[in-house]
Amino acid sequence: MRRVLIIGATSAIAEATARMLAERGDALYLVARNEPRLGAIAADLAVRGSPRVGSEVLDANDFAAHEQMLARAETFLSGYDTVLVAHGTLSDQKACEGSVELTMREINTNALSVIAMLTRIANRLEARQSGTIAVISSVAGDRGRGSNYVYGSAKALVTAFLSGLRQRLGKCGVNVLTIKPGFVDTPMTAAFEKGLLWARPERIAQGIVRALDRQSGTIYLPGFWRPIMLVIRAIPESLFLRLSL
Amino acid sequence: MALRVMSSWGNVIRAPHVVYGLHERHDSFPTLSGSGTVLPFGNGRSYGDSCLNVGGALLQTRSLDRFIRFDRETGVLACEAGVLLADILRLAVPAGWFLPVVPGTCYVTVGGAIANDVHGKNHHRAGTFARHVRRFELLKSDGTRLMCSSTDNPNWFAATVGGLGLTGVITWVELQLRPVRSPRLDVESACFANLTEFFELCEQAERNYEYTVAWVDCLGRGKRLGRGILQCANHAEQQAPAQSSSERKFAVPFPSPVSLVNGVSLRIFNTLHYHRQSRQRKRTSEDFGRFFFPLDRILQWNRLYGPAGFYQYQCVVPLSVAREATSELLATIARSGLGSFLAVLKRFGADSSAGMLSFPRQGVTLALDFPNKGAAVERLFQSLDHIVGTAGGALYPAKDSRMPGALFRSGYPRWQEFSKYIDPACSSSFWRRVMENV
Repeated sequence: MRRVLIIGATSAIAEATARMLAERGDALYLVARNEPRLGAIAADLAVRGSPRVGSEVLDANDFAAHEQMLARAETFLSGYDTVLVAHGTLSDQKACEGSVELTMREINTNALSVIAMLTRIANRLEARQSGTIAVISSVAGDRGRGSNYVYGSAKALVTAFLSGLRQRLGKCGVNVLTIKPGFVDTPMTAAFEKGLLWARPERIAQGIVRALDRQSGTIYLPGFWRPIMLVIRAIPESLFLRLSL
Repeated sequence: MALRVMSSWGNVIRAPHVVYGLHERHDSFPTLSGSGTVLPFGNGRSYGDSCLNVGGALLQTRSLDRFIRFDRETGVLACEAGVLLADILRLAVPAGWFLPVVPGTCYVTVGGAIANDVHGKNHHRAGTFARHVRRFELLKSDGTRLMCSSTDNPNWFAATVGGLGLTGVITWVELQLRPVRSPRLDVESACFANLTEFFELCEQAERNYEYTVAWVDCLGRGKRLGRGILQCANHAEQQAPAQSSSERKFAVPFPSPVSLVNGVSLRIFNTLHYHRQSRQRKRTSEDFGRFFFPLDRILQWNRLYGPAGFYQYQCVVPLSVAREATSELLATIARSGLGSFLAVLKRFGADSSAGMLSFPRQGVTLALDFPNKGAAVERLFQSLDHIVGTAGGALYPAKDSRMPGALFRSGYPRWQEFSKYIDPACSSSFWRRVMENV
């Protein structure tokens, strides 16, 4: 049985993952901003088989509140061994271009709050010499694109941070998992026309649970995004400038 | 606002809709842009246009898929309305509980099961789905939330049960499950050579078995008219060892370019199916999935009918004239040569359904699929409509995309009473069609 702390537990990917964990009998501590939804999800996971489900409301941008939340999670789960950080917002690129304030807020939510959280979590698990930290980054972080670079650069920061953290914590038995989903059909992306590249959150969740069990490092979900992003990263800048992606 | 092409299970109608979504039961009813109408949309397993609203909007409810409570002692389950029956069974069966009524597919939402007041092979014992619904919450477009049961807001309950989503959107539901000792069923199958034998067999079977359903060879004529196989079953009494229910499923990956259901494939299938049952009576033990949902093992089987799609014709005729009317229906279908794999015959019990527009009523129901061959099949339907109408019967809205308004209104005499409960923001292609020229 895992003891799992989930930040951003109301996101579609996190919820689908939590269902799989609950059905396996894992204990869960859920953290999210939206109180009624959080309560509904906690009740659902208990019905699905989790022996112990706790929850608390938190705005991830309130960095000062992180420490107490982590302490409560620690107590509730008698020490967590797995953390899934899944919160985030999909930035409106056009709106960000016209607003410093909005751009900073997006970077804050999608990158800085994650890094603040990870800094504390890393030290706890490092002291314990075991555990798994899994974070949802994005394929968007692999290369900045004109259509989505505010969100992309925030995710790039997270990806780079995790890469370093993995190197540091790998030496003491803590696994760091970077999850890079492609297009996922969730409420966050409701406004987009869905094509062949889109995946259901359940499929992403299966990949996450498998990666947790295998102690993977970096995963693309679904897996076909790995070669796609390899190509996108390899495109010379002179050519990349002329593309609209 | 997202405009998406939506279709129903029969694939005859495909049209762009504005699509809204509810993501949890506390969400408020969406504010509609303009003066259009909206219709709740579950998993799209209705066959015709009763789940579509061409020219208007749909309100998707599949994301309302959370359980709320499950009391493993009493079998009372509360869940959001977009939960699939498959999800409920996956949770309940290992705990020794089963849905008291299941339709022929487990891929319908619980909200859809109420909105169509679905029935199963145990109608003669258990009645329709709504009989086992303790209560549900109805969210109306003005934001009102009504708790509905047979005692709280009973009129809204009766209108919403079988109400095709027109009274508002069901957000969550509380059901009473029934206990089972095993995930398996003891099944007995028996051949019958004609309709007279069918009625005799049914009589006996309904006394001894909770579930009965017959498959009829709709190509049989003359002496073979109405030959078929009656399947009867009870939940197994012996406790079975727990086993994984991950039965292998096959998917039809894309629509077949032409319908694979045609005269030749039908004749082969029906003859084989009938003769596979070599002995008069056969007893087997079957997993519940195989018994209740044989077609669910082929995901997207509707694609076999090709891009033109298919119709299902499901009618009920009153018991007093059932024998004559059924044999006339079967003879007409056999003459046309347009029938399909599955002609299903079932006797409904005397239990009166809870909904103003519920389909099941005492009598015999016949259901068949037809590849969409345009005018030829519509001519056949008109002959069948005539038989059903004369018999005082009705067609099933969940399966329909073409019944004449007059036949609907004669089959559902409470339609005027029902229409007072329609939400001003809700409408459907089906409803506008059967209300034309009223």
